[in-house]
Amino acid sequence: MAALTRRARAWHGFVLALAGLYFAVPLVASFVFTVDVPGQGLTGQAYTRILGAPGFLDGLGLSLLLAAATIVLVLALVVPALVAVRLRPGRLGSVIEVLCTLPLVVPPIAFVAGIGSILRLGPERLSHTPLYQTFLAVQDERFPLALVLSYTVLALPFVFRSLDSGLRAVDVPTLTEAARSCGASWWQVLVRVLLPNLRSSLAGAAFLTLALVLGEYTIARILTFETFPVWIVKVSGSEARLSVAVSLLSLLITWLLLLALSSAGTRTTKNEEKR
Amino acid sequence: MTMSATKPGAGVEFRALRRTFGSTVALDGLDLTIAPGELLALLGPSGCGKTTALRMVAGFDHPDSGQVLVDGADIVGVPANKRDAGMVFQSYSLFPNLTARDNVAFGPRIRKVDAATRRARADELLAMVGLPTQGDRYPHQLSGGQQQRVALARALALQPRVLLLDEPLSALDAQVRLTLREEISRLQKNLGITTIFVTHDQEEALSMADRVAVLRDGRLEQCATPVELYHHPATAFVAEFVGTMNRVPGRLTGEGRVEVAGQRLPVLGDVPAENTVDVLIRPEDVRVSADADGAARVVTVSFLGPTTRLYVELPDGVGVKADLATRQAAGLGPGAAVRVELAEHPVRVAASR
Repeated sequence: MAALTRRARAWHGFVLALAGLYFAVPLVASFVFTVDVPGQGLTGQAYTRILGAPGFLDGLGLSLLLAAATIVLVLALVVPALVAVRLRPGRLGSVIEVLCTLPLVVPPIAFVAGIGSILRLGPERLSHTPLYQTFLAVQDERFPLALVLSYTVLALPFVFRSLDSGLRAVDVPTLTEAARSCGASWWQVLVRVLLPNLRSSLAGAAFLTLALVLGEYTIARILTFETFPVWIVKVSGSEARLSVAVSLLSLLITWLLLLALSSAGTRTTKNEEKR
Repeated sequence: MTMSATKPGAGVEFRALRRTFGSTVALDGLDLTIAPGELLALLGPSGCGKTTALRMVAGFDHPDSGQVLVDGADIVGVPANKRDAGMVFQSYSLFPNLTARDNVAFGPRIRKVDAATRRARADELLAMVGLPTQGDRYPHQLSGGQQQRVALARALALQPRVLLLDEPLSALDAQVRLTLREEISRLQKNLGITTIFVTHDQEEALSMADRVAVLRDGRLEQCATPVELYHHPATAFVAEFVGTMNRVPGRLTGEGRVEVAGQRLPVLGDVPAENTVDVLIRPEDVRVSADADGAARVVTVSFLGPTTRLYVELPDGVGVKADLATRQAAGLGPGAAVRVELAEHPVRVAASR
């Protein structure tokens, strides 16, 4: 029995090490590539030049802005819809689930082809209507609302899953009725009772959306907006080391965010237990 | 206690309440009046409409037709958050992210009561429900009984005119249930708050309520004091639903009498058209005594503390339950030959099954 356990443990270690290598090797190789310049030896130039690199702050700023807008929009859509489904269970629940999961099975290239055609055809067909200005406005390169709308659709499956599992852990009808009998309006029920009890799943949904927007390349590239990932790819042609350094940093930032999120969740639980 | 500042209880009246869910009729013209300060239990089997009626007072459900009057004013169109009715739910309903104190202070906070006042009121209410030191605890750190006490304090925090209790004890252990049952009664009497209490547990209803309304299929069968309900049930359904009842086959003999188990007893209330009926007899009205020549046999004996319940088979094979003082039941074991007599009370009869 003991031998079996030892063998199982060895296997676990082996599989873990293999998985670790699978992740670590490309990262270490990338890091070495950024700091080891032939002829110059080890240098941190690729990292020190990031902030001053032309287009870096613009690209990152645009992506963060898009992420913030997408998070607000997708949560504003999904939270009330899922709460409504919990309060009045019926067929609507499965319709929403299918709608929210659908973007997972639509290839991004098909999705962007559709959006592209609409954005191109719209102005042509609607040039004599007030909608023409709207079509131009959603493609404003300082804040392309078209991307926010596209990212909102892409984020739906992740946000839905995260919030749905959060709502499963909360007795929405009873808490709602309890709050209503304490004099709370519907808005107060949402803000004072439901949202605070969905904190970790809201944070999870927001984080997944942020990660999605910071990493999305296809749609932004085809619609010709210079977001952060598009900038990284563009820069990789002329300044490969800088581009890899930025990629590594963005990966690191994403991980740190994930770590902060999960430790915040654990801390809240521990604090509550202590109290 | 400053809670004496509680508003006087309001009178509540259901008038011809009707509610259907698809083809199911939950309430079928319910008429019922609850006096100010009264504790009324709505009792009935599952699906009888008792919870639906309660939820209509809370504003969580609306009648298809009829009125819900509080102090004479129809509240059917008033939103739930403006009804001035505190409610305790069957399932644990405390807000998980708030401490016990903040749960109790939730209503006052919504009503913009200042922080010091609402904290003082929450602490006072927590002390009143027996949790003076648990204010800083979160719901998951409290037992089920404690959570329901906090929920009760929360329901009282806004000094509602009506207190609604939707089977608040059904999820609790038997011992906790008994204690809390007494405490709710005491609190309700002290505060004088009109209380509607939904339960399917007849013992709970009989022990706590000033009056008990028995519902069946969305209609009121009888509304009376517990004693009246037990001893003078208006219908066969109430007679059988409240307390334990034997159904013993009998035969109507005319002149308002029925022959049952070799005795002739006066009949109470309506008499079915058929001659052959079931006679409804309480176990305590069945007298059993040891008799070597007796034609009845004891089948089982259940010790219940001060009383003992015997299951006795009559000569014609009909089984009856009999409750005896435990001392009288001594020596009556399974198989014992006994004589069975029925108390000479008027009895209620029902159509034979």
